[in-house]
Amino acid sequence: MNDSGNVYKQHETIAVNTEAKSAPIGHGRPWMDPTIEPFIRVEGVSKHFGDFAAVDRVDLDIYQGELFSILGGSGSGKTTLLRVLAGFEEPSTGRVVIDGVDMAGIPPHRRPVNMMFQSYALFPHMTVAKNIAYGLKRDGMRKAVISERVADVLDLVQMSDFGPRKPAQLSGGQRQRVALARAIVKRPKVLLLDEPLGALDKKLRESTQFELANIQYKSGITFIVVTHDQEEAMTLSTRIAVMDQGRFPQVGTPTEIYEYPETRFTADFIGTINSFEGSVESVSGSEMSVSLPALDMTLQVPVKNGISNGDTVCLAVRPEKIWISTSPPETADTAVLTGTVEDQGYFGNLSLYRVRLETGEIIQVSAQNRERQSERMIDWDATVHIHWDIASMVLLKE
Amino acid sequence: MMKRLSFPLTVLIFGYAFLYIPIFSMIAYSFNKSSLATTWGGFSLRWYGVLFENSQAFDALMLSIRIALVSATFATALGTCAGIALYRFRSFRGRRLFSGMIAAPLVMPEVITGLSLLLFFISLENLIGWPAGRGVDTITIAHITFSMAFVAIVVQARLAGQDNSLEEAAQDLGARPFRVLVDITLPLLAPAMIAGWLLAFTLSFDDLVISSFVSGPGANTLPMYIFSKVKLGVKPDINALATIIVALVTIGVVVAMRLMTRKDGGKKPG
Ligand SMILES: Nc1ncnc2c1ncn2[C@@H]1O[C@H](COP(=O)(O)OP(=O)(O)O)[C@@H](O)[C@H]1O
Ligand SMILES: [Mg+2]
Repeated sequence: MNDSGNVYKQHETIAVNTEAKSAPIGHGRPWMDPTIEPFIRVEGVSKHFGDFAAVDRVDLDIYQGELFSILGGSGSGKTTLLRVLAGFEEPSTGRVVIDGVDMAGIPPHRRPVNMMFQSYALFPHMTVAKNIAYGLKRDGMRKAVISERVADVLDLVQMSDFGPRKPAQLSGGQRQRVALARAIVKRPKVLLLDEPLGALDKKLRESTQFELANIQYKSGITFIVVTHDQEEAMTLSTRIAVMDQGRFPQVGTPTEIYEYPETRFTADFIGTINSFEGSVESVSGSEMSVSLPALDMTLQVPVKNGISNGDTVCLAVRPEKIWISTSPPETADTAVLTGTVEDQGYFGNLSLYRVRLETGEIIQVSAQNRERQSERMIDWDATVHIHWDIASMVLLKE
Repeated sequence: MMKRLSFPLTVLIFGYAFLYIPIFSMIAYSFNKSSLATTWGGFSLRWYGVLFENSQAFDALMLSIRIALVSATFATALGTCAGIALYRFRSFRGRRLFSGMIAAPLVMPEVITGLSLLLFFISLENLIGWPAGRGVDTITIAHITFSMAFVAIVVQARLAGQDNSLEEAAQDLGARPFRVLVDITLPLLAPAMIAGWLLAFTLSFDDLVISSFVSGPGANTLPMYIFSKVKLGVKPDINALATIIVALVTIGVVVAMRLMTRKDGGKKPG
């Protein structure tokens, strides 16, 4: 067997480029372009532990240069899916193709991917520099080249002075950088990151988030980031796959996921949403009318495939899409609802209100605090008027 | 007014007193000038001198050290393999049985272990002619057998307390399984292996029962020598000898404990 045919060596085209590329790949929309082949294909992959399916028949196409996020709660199967990609778990069904090569039976040490572990997994008995050099040594590189590459990558993660330290002598944020450096120094085709910012505190997480995106952009490596933090996924990613119980209820750009959630799970998981059950009264042409008992209203909305008369549907609207005022609005082309403020929260830049309608339904509304105010304009128990554009509502499955 | 001691504390004090007063008095009497084991005649190193002139005692000491060195080394090698195997292949059929079986020598009465090993050696000699007679070799093999179990348990505990993803990370960075073992697993296990070795050494060094069963003419380990001497009455030079043993064993156990509880994965290799 020819073991030296390491998959890495054939593809050393991706260089860490410190200058911005004129046309970064990630800025296009390769998933919209049918002529571009996906870089990673996940086809019908499941992973069973006994009777339990941690990953359940998922399909995924990821394109070169993407910063792709897998977003889901704890136990949704994110780590398991990454481990399947890295080769630590054999999929129970389906297959994984990376850059045209079927990964079936290829062990982790021969895959063109590197992984940044949730625990960082830095070798405690090696210095930072040795940790980073480890992967390069395994490729049999010359010493001079190795030390050059290690210095470069330490520079990239701003840890140049820390080469001789042991992992135990580093802070959490520094360990995170070393783990990242060790994972990208081999210039893999794909970097898998398991909750890369999970162990950092909030402030550090926000700044590191942008650095991570920056490093991805500079290196041109395709990143697959697992996270349970929806804000992180929204700000970082080219696209997001929402994961729930081993499945993907939705895959799309951050905007698509937020503005056009397809399922109730996605809508609830990303941000907050007011959702109302209703029944379809009639379907005519491209419109249908849905009665919403919770609002005591009937709305005309665009028809969606597979929905017919009498079906139960769910219509939803985000809190920031709703206008709120103490006096009735002068011009509103939709029905205005009246209610009382049951609860409110002041966040400085915006305020959140929980408004109880006459039907008893509670609606969440958020409003920007555009004008400086010494006292609250809308107080507890105030009577308020709310309305929103029908077009900003979404129809949800389930 | 004196505070009354609580019942558990009283029991604890009595327990420790029973354990340690005999040992401390033995150590004290090893520095006794008088040759009467029960009367204090002032401080002296006389019995240590007598001991070193006693070639029988010295030979027994050297033999014990030799057996302990060899058996601890083999026990560490075999026990480490067993520990890794039991931990790594967590899902093989009958694994629980194997884990249980490796712990058996820890609780098995020594006379049973000794007797069964003796019978085993005799039948082996009848079958294949080896080991020819009983002596140093059979004692060493017997010691490897039971101390290996302790090493395996120490190694297994260390593996269970360590982040599995370290080995996976090495694999992910391109290391083949053997390299992972050499670069990551063994260096991280080093403290546990050293602790296991020291444990095996002390176990071998002070074993009397099993050694007595599988020993032959001329192979007298130190505990066997002491035991045979004591039957003829306690001489103060035996106290001196015992004190040396206590010191050695204490050092071994203390170092082993420190290594086992240490957090960091040991010194850097090479
Ligand atoms: N080796 C395993 N054996 C059995 N069950 C497992 C194993 N690994 C993960 N699971 C289960 O699979 C589910 C998904 O786990 P994981 O992928 O780690 O979730 P996440 O990373 O999204 O929190 C969990 O319910 C977990 O208990
Ligand atoms: Mg996880």
